[in-house]
Order: sequence, then structure tokens, then C-alpha cells
Amino acid sequence: MNLELVVFLILAAAAVVSAILVITRKNPVTSVLYLVFNFFIIAILYLFLRAQFIAIIQITVYAGAIMVLFLFVIMLLNLGDDKLLKWKLNSKRTIASLIGLVLLAEILYYVVNFVSASSLAPGSESMGTVGAIGKILYRNYLFPFEITSILLLAAMVGAIFLAKKRFTEGSDGD
Amino acid sequence: MSFNYNDMIAVSPILFLSAYSLLLLIVDASLKRPANICYWLTLVGLVVSGFLTVFTYNASGNAFNGMVFTGRFPAFFEIVFVLSAALSVLLSKPYLEKERINFGEYYTLLLFATLGMMIMASARDLMVLFLGLELMSISLYVLAGFVRRDAKSNEASLKYFLLGAFATGFLLYGIALVYGASGTTNLSVILERFSVTQNDPLLWIGAALILVGLSFKISAVPFHMWVPDVYEGSPTTISGFMSTGSKAAAFAALVLVFSYSVHPSWQLQLVIAYLAAFTMVIGNLIALVQTNIKRMLAYSSIAHAGYALVGIAAANSLGRTGVLYYMLAYTFMQIGAFGVVSVLENKEGKYLQISDYEGLANKHPVIAALMALFMFSLAGLPPLAGFFGKYYLFASAVSAQMTWLAVVGVLASVVSVYFYLNVVVSMYFKELPEGSTSVAISKLGATALIIAAAAVIELGLTPGYVVALTERLF
Repeated sequence: MNLELVVFLILAAAAVVSAILVITRKNPVTSVLYLVFNFFIIAILYLFLRAQFIAIIQITVYAGAIMVLFLFVIMLLNLGDDKLLKWKLNSKRTIASLIGLVLLAEILYYVVNFVSASSLAPGSESMGTVGAIGKILYRNYLFPFEITSILLLAAMVGAIFLAKKRFTEGSDGD
Repeated sequence: MSFNYNDMIAVSPILFLSAYSLLLLIVDASLKRPANICYWLTLVGLVVSGFLTVFTYNASGNAFNGMVFTGRFPAFFEIVFVLSAALSVLLSKPYLEKERINFGEYYTLLLFATLGMMIMASARDLMVLFLGLELMSISLYVLAGFVRRDAKSNEASLKYFLLGAFATGFLLYGIALVYGASGTTNLSVILERFSVTQNDPLLWIGAALILVGLSFKISAVPFHMWVPDVYEGSPTTISGFMSTGSKAAAFAALVLVFSYSVHPSWQLQLVIAYLAAFTMVIGNLIALVQTNIKRMLAYSSIAHAGYALVGIAAANSLGRTGVLYYMLAYTFMQIGAFGVVSVLENKEGKYLQISDYEGLANKHPVIAALMALFMFSLAGLPPLAGFFGKYYLFASAVSAQMTWLAVVGVLASVVSVYFYLNVVVSMYFKELPEGSTSVAISKLGATALIIAAAAVIELGLTPGYVVALTERLF
């Protein structure tokens, strides 16, 4: 048993345990914190696959931005009432669960029948590195990349304009 | 090096306008009263990028590793967008001053939206197309809600944003499925692999979803629900800009996807034909009963999207010519009509009802004459621009063995004559109501209206010149 496998098993166990804790905790804030923990562990698992870029994105986007959003929503909703969170079976939930089970069966069927060891063989060593992605981004996709920056700027200008306290000319802060 | 200076020159209008809008943002932030300076700077910038477009006209090909088209097709549409933006800006200053919302951000966002349209029309990759569409839409969401003290404007912005985001989801899902089927997002590579992938249902599901996403932007029935509320609530100059520029951009994208790359199978052609037929009929029928002029123009804009869709459904070169010609002609007449409303209306909501236009010819004979001209052209009476646009589109349907579609189109436009002429009849043959006061007409607004009217007449008299520009596009 080599060291990599030992570390992997520990991390995998931690990921599964934290994922279970996310859905069993009563306090939503605790759940979110376990989810952050889970995201971090998965980011490390990506590093094992030599996908540095996805690992970093996992931390900045999921553990960073999206989790903050989750926390905001939880605080806004003010989920103090336990009764609202009680699981009750109704037709909507039954259908949703059935669809979920079908999807799970589909994925399992695919994994059992079509995924072999050869299809899981690692790709090129450098494929997931930041350098390789940067090269593609700045060579093949330079134009869309630059447009994205303008798109984000436009969104920022628009958001600031709409949030300003200035309704008509000369009213406030003009 | 993956790009060279030829690439930069070939997309110079886009590069210039992006740099210029950033500059405008700095000017806006650093001056105490920036609105007037921003207004003139925006006009100068649009004129310059219009001139740059002329120089890129013969640079046919692609740039930035096949990401963008250069040459005739984007150049034609870029000129449409620049004209639409420039006329809207020209009308904007008096309107914004009347509404007391003359802020510098308006002009920057308008330039960003124009930039997004230009990028859409030159997209050779579905990713570029998507980014252009988002840049345009996000700027327009904000511009629709620019009158922030007005609940209707806020409603317009929110409605447009929520439904627009939903439509974007369809578009993106469609792009993902097309990518799944052909292994690329590049439109010309999709075209190369088309003979292999055309039997793959995944490609057609993806294409249909892209059609849904873009149909929302051109406001085709049944994706038109947002149009009347958004056009009614938005600042009138922005309604004019949205109904011309953003519609033309979405049509450019439709031509790129369905006429250049994924050639519609006869089934998809039939679906587009049905969309066109429903859009023409329903748009015109609902417009009949409108009493608010902005809502009437909104439904008329839905109907006009239907006419132009006929050209996409026909999927032949005559149809392409028809779409391009119609977008140019429609830009002038629709901006003209919205422009007249923006010049006349005031803060108290006067001149928003069609009944307010009674006897206008006695008070403002020139404005009434211009409005009548735009109405005649929208109705498609010869020899104005609207007539030839419809002629090319319906002729393309006939040559594609879809005569029934041309018949539906002609019947729908006969219906439309009623509500367009209703405005003219109100202006010329109704008595002026008692105690009505005249409105101060701004010179800048009048200039824009006269330019638009001149173009409507000119395009109608010499349509061959524009048609020649629409040949050998790619």
C-alpha cells in the first residue's frame, strides 16, 4: 500500500462523512460549513488527478463565492423554525424522488456497462495544469476571453448604476 | 503569436468601440457634469466606428483563430447597429433631459450594448455568439430600468431580466447539445462535419433550443410575452433601440446559425415557417386593439419579426438578402416611429395614447408628416422602404415552395394597414381637442427624425444598391 493510496482513502472517507453530515445536520449554517469542508477535500482530490486548475477553481468559485451566496440566502430566509424543515411526503416530493432514483439507476447502469479501466486511464500529464489552460485561453480563445472582461465590466457598471441613490438629476450625489 | 495586426484591423470597429467605451467611462467618472460631453463623445465614437466598418468591408475571411467573421456580413450588420445606436443617441438627449435622467452611464451602457450586437454579428464560434448576446442583453436590462423613480420602468427591467435569463438558459443548453453532437462550437467546423452529424438527433435538439433562445430575442410568438410590457416601461428611446438593434443582432445570429452553419432540414424549416406565420398573424391582430402607442408599436415590432423570419424559413439566398435589407429598412422606420413618440411625450404621460395624436397635423405639421411617413412605411406601402423589404421576403418564401407562408404574410400586412393608418387618420382627420397646448420640439430630435425619414424614402427609391451589398456575404 503506497502513501498516495493511504492519503486518498483518508480523504475519500472524510469527503463521504462530511457529505452525509451536510444533509443530516439540523442547523442550516452547520450544514453549509460541512459543505465547505467537503468542497475543500474534493479540491484536494482534483490535485491527485493533476487537475490543478479545477482544484483552484473549486476552492475560489465553490468554496468561496457560491458558499457565501448560500450563507446569505440562509440568513435572509431566517430558517429558525424547525417545523418548516420537517420532511413531509407529498406528491411533488414523491415524483422528485422517483426522478432522482431513475437518474441514479441510469448513471449506475452506464458505469457498470460502459466504464472500463482503460477508459479511466489518465490523460496527458500536462492537460489540467494552469499553464496548459492559460495557453489555450490566450491563444485560441483570446477574443472571447477579452469580451468576457467587457461583459463583466458592463454588468458591474449596470449594477452600480441601479444601486445608486440617484433617482433624478440633482436629487442626490450628482 | 496567435494573432497578427491584420486580425486587429479586420475587427477594428469592435476594438475601437470597446476602447472608446472604456474611455467614455473614465470621462464620465472624472467630470462633474459629464452628461453633455458624454452625449457628443458617444455620437463621435459611433460615427468613427461606422467609418471603420466601411474599411473592413472587403476583408472577407476570419480572424482570431477562426473565432470571428470579418468582411461583408458583419460589416453590413455593424452599420445597421451603428445607425440604430446613433439615431437613438441623437434622440436621447432631449428625451433624457425631459425625464431628468440625463446621466453619463446611459451612453456607456448604450455603447456596450452596441458592442455586444457587433460581436454577435461577427461570431464564427457559438461561444463568441453567446458572449455578444449576454453583453448586449445585460446592458439593455439596465437601460430598460433607467427611469428609476418610475415603477413601470422597474417592472420592464425586471421582467426583461428574468425572462431573458431564462431564454439564455435555452440558448446555452442548445449550444451544449450542438457541441455534444459535433464536438466543436465553431460554426464553420460544424458546417464541415454537417454531412456526418446531420443524422444525429442531438444536433437537431440543440439547434431547436438555440432557435428558442434566439426567438425570444427577436420576440417571435410564442416567446413574445415580455415585449409589450418592456417596450412600454422602458425609456422610449431605448424601446426604439431595443426593437431595432437587438432584434437585428438576433437575426444576424439566426442567419449565422441557420443559414450559414446548420442548414435547416425541411422539418426545421417548417417549424420556423410556423413560427413566422403565428408571429405575423398574432402580432398584427393584437396590435389592432391597442390604445397605447408604445404598446401598439411593440406588437407591430413582433409582427415585423415574423416578416423577417419568413426569410430565415425560406433558407435561400433571396431570403438572406430579404432579412438583411429588412433589418436596415426596419431600423429606420421603427426608430423613426419611437422617435416621434419620444419627441412628443412628456413626464405626465401625455402623447402616449393614440387618442392624444388627434389633430396633431394642425399643431405640428412637420412631425405629423414624418409620423405618417413612418406609418406608411411600416404598413408596407410602396414606394417606401418597408414595401421592398416585404417584397424580397415574401418572394423568397415563394421560391422556397412555401407560397402559403407568403399568402399568410400578405394577409397579415393587409390587417396591419388598419392600425397604422388609424394613427394617420387621427392626426389628419380628427379635430384638435379643446385647450391643447403645443409641445416644444427639440432640434436634435427633429434632426434624427428627418435623417430616418430621408433614409426610408431613399431605401425605397433605390433598393438595388442595398441588395447588391447583401450578395457574396461569407
